Amino acid sequence: MSPQLAGQIELLGQVLISGILLGGLYALIGLGMSLIMGVMKIINLAHGELMMVAMYMTYWAFTLWHVDPYVSLLIVCPLMFLLGVAIQKFLITPVMEAESILPQNQVLLTVGIGLVLANLALLLFTANYRSVPVSYASKTIYWDLKLGGQTISLSISYPFLTAFGIAVLLGAALFLFLGMTDLGRMIRATAQDKRAAALMGINTRKITYITFGIGAALVGAAGALLDPVYYLYPQIGGPFTNKAFVITILGGLGNIPGAVLGGLVLGLAESLGSVYVSLGYKDAFGFIIFVLVLIFLPRGLLGKGRAQ
Amino acid sequence: MSLLELNDVSKRFGGLMAVGRMTFRLEKGEILGLIGPNGAGKTTIFNLINGYYAPTEGTITFRGERIDGLKPHVVCIKGLARTFQVVKPLARLTVLENVMASAFCRTDHREEARRIALEATAFTEMEQWRDRLAGGLPLGMRKRLEMARALATRPELLLLDENFAGLNPAEVEKTIEIVKKIHGSGVTILIIEHNMRVIMSISHRLVCISYGEKIAEGTPREVADNQQVIDAYLGVARA
Amino acid sequence: MNRKAIFAATGLALLAVFPLAVQNPYVLHLLIMTLLWVLLGQAWNLLGGFTGQISYGHAAFFGVGAYTTGILVKSGLSPAAAWSGLLLGGLMAALIASVIGWICFRLRGPYFSLSVLALAEVLRLVAVNWKQLTNGAEGILYIPAFRSKAHYYWIILAIAALAFVVIRAVMRSKLGFYFLSIREDQDAAESLGIDATKYKLYSLLISAFFTGAAGSFYMNYLGFIDPGIVFSIADISIMMILVTILGGAATLAGPIVGAVIYILVSEFFRVWFKSGHLIFFGILIIVIIIFFPAGIVGTIKERRAGRKLRRAGAARESAAA
Repeated sequence: MSPQLAGQIELLGQVLISGILLGGLYALIGLGMSLIMGVMKIINLAHGELMMVAMYMTYWAFTLWHVDPYVSLLIVCPLMFLLGVAIQKFLITPVMEAESILPQNQVLLTVGIGLVLANLALLLFTANYRSVPVSYASKTIYWDLKLGGQTISLSISYPFLTAFGIAVLLGAALFLFLGMTDLGRMIRATAQDKRAAALMGINTRKITYITFGIGAALVGAAGALLDPVYYLYPQIGGPFTNKAFVITILGGLGNIPGAVLGGLVLGLAESLGSVYVSLGYKDAFGFIIFVLVLIFLPRGLLGKGRAQ
Repeated sequence: MSLLELNDVSKRFGGLMAVGRMTFRLEKGEILGLIGPNGAGKTTIFNLINGYYAPTEGTITFRGERIDGLKPHVVCIKGLARTFQVVKPLARLTVLENVMASAFCRTDHREEARRIALEATAFTEMEQWRDRLAGGLPLGMRKRLEMARALATRPELLLLDENFAGLNPAEVEKTIEIVKKIHGSGVTILIIEHNMRVIMSISHRLVCISYGEKIAEGTPREVADNQQVIDAYLGVARA
Repeated sequence: MNRKAIFAATGLALLAVFPLAVQNPYVLHLLIMTLLWVLLGQAWNLLGGFTGQISYGHAAFFGVGAYTTGILVKSGLSPAAAWSGLLLGGLMAALIASVIGWICFRLRGPYFSLSVLALAEVLRLVAVNWKQLTNGAEGILYIPAFRSKAHYYWIILAIAALAFVVIRAVMRSKLGFYFLSIREDQDAAESLGIDATKYKLYSLLISAFFTGAAGSFYMNYLGFIDPGIVFSIADISIMMILVTILGGAATLAGPIVGAVIYILVSEFFRVWFKSGHLIFFGILIIVIIIFFPAGIVGTIKERRAGRKLRRAGAARESAAA
């Protein structure tokens, strides 16, 4: 094998690894929104801002008390769960039951919530970029492959790999929770048919609170995992909200395995696109795939989501 | 040439055959009733005729022209109007505005549309309700509104989907009167109805459907005596 | 001429002669910005309030309009001639809108809204990356054509008034009836002979045209644009929605009321707190949606209708007594 070909393969391998690792994190972000959309049919446009809140929580835990981000997951997730429940209970539910001329009141409401969260953070923490400089932030794992007489060296970022691993664990936990526990079954039932679920004695209102809480906790976990590798600033949420709904649509509404696949597809698309096409348009690839999927595959990539 | 012809029309939703090899004709000036147990596929047939669904197989012709696969608004402009079983009022518009919206099908001018709407609401005896918001109407009036709206599009064929469901006896009598008036003005009618007394008394012919397939066709008397029809409604006794 | 028309004509006349009496540039600036937002609110309201299609990405059209003029200016066109950019900006925005509409109108409700947002973001990225065309993130800077604010004032007043007249006429016509029908129940509308996709597109085109013209005006008046400003989700897209729902969606006066309050509050925050206005507006959105979904004008109309019904009911009772 020629050195040039080896170089190409090395680059491709690197890009694929980045894409998959990033995709795992994206999947975690998308899972939360997909769950919320599947159960309550609300698009939570404050999703990215919730992640931002968790990121600041993790940042302060590290900066003030030297709590490692992976450890602060244990505090951040429950706190985010409570925040999610509060938002659903006090803000969103009152609106879900009201009539209005604008067909998407709940979505607009989440827009307002996101605006408040982002600008509150701006007010309290200023626009300065923050980082969580953990000791292993730039730690890299090297993986050498021997291929056709050449050595291909791939480097894998340790924090990204750990984040990916934890994301996978959380995703699996969610899957088991939904599939095997009573509460999980109640959530799935409410997602399939709210009225029927209520008729079967399920307190659907409580289910919506819990679901939003879980969604917030998941995206909060993603935020905590992202802190070691991303610069934090108040407006970081917006692009992630966009990515979340791209993933949700790719995966089909409320479809958990689909959201995972969607996350991976998005991660790979961004990674491949930014290296082989153009770095500046990195965020655009997700959007373009999003629109294409909406038009040609209304049931999502797996064809199992609910069509509109 | 029949006004409306369905030939071997089938509609599949995934694995479910909602309508199978449906064939029947409707002649101009007739009132044809579509009966059958709940879930038999009657509204699906309407949705196929009106363009809301496209048939999986088969053809539908209206005045000799194929209309299967055409979009609902095109079908309406061709002269085929329908009412909805689950009423769909334009809630935040008044009754008159609702009917004007459909009257614009035949004209571009507001004054003309208004005139047509006034006519249609008078014809369906809704004059008192003209300025009420459609969302605030009682059920009987909402069903009447469906008819008025359909009439304003000056249809040649009107599909009535369970217009009598949920009405009290007085409203039923009044609605029968109005349907006969509509028929008298030259409109051919295809009607789905569960109220047996109504559909027997106003239909010229009946088609009975069960599990998406036609099981009987004929005059009301003939269909009522048909054993298969009786079985479909009452179930077959197990020996 | 009925009372409302006389009232409106007088109001317009007063507004028109205002700069002859008051020359304070700060006051004129506030009025110009108010009129700009009146224009933007009305444009969004046509598609969102009247036709029921909620767009979170209207900044796309604002940005296209702004950059149409910006690119003309960048290619050396004199500032005075750049005024042709107004019409061109509107037309370019309508053109982009027809593409976006063609793609996105196959989708309904929130899927439509999100896809417009997605495409708006793509346009922003294009503006940032296509440096030869747009100067990228550096933006475009030029010297405004007129030194006196009065000229800008008259131009934006004219466009805003034109938009009002056009939208009012549209809503009274067949087009308006069809828009409302689509909003209320698209399936029923289609069965009544309404080609929903075609009419949604008409609504979008008119809405985008005026938004683009507003963008062009913005470039001409402020003299500086960059992708982050004119394609901004928070500052343009969302604020267009806020202005409309604050005043009252689906009313003609709503965007006017909303724009006035929006500018007053923004100025208040800018002068006294330097920032934080977005927090206030975020809270305002939440409050409006939970407590006053019909907006100011809408709530007033509802109360008045309620009073009329109660008076009619009371009259009927006393007649029966």
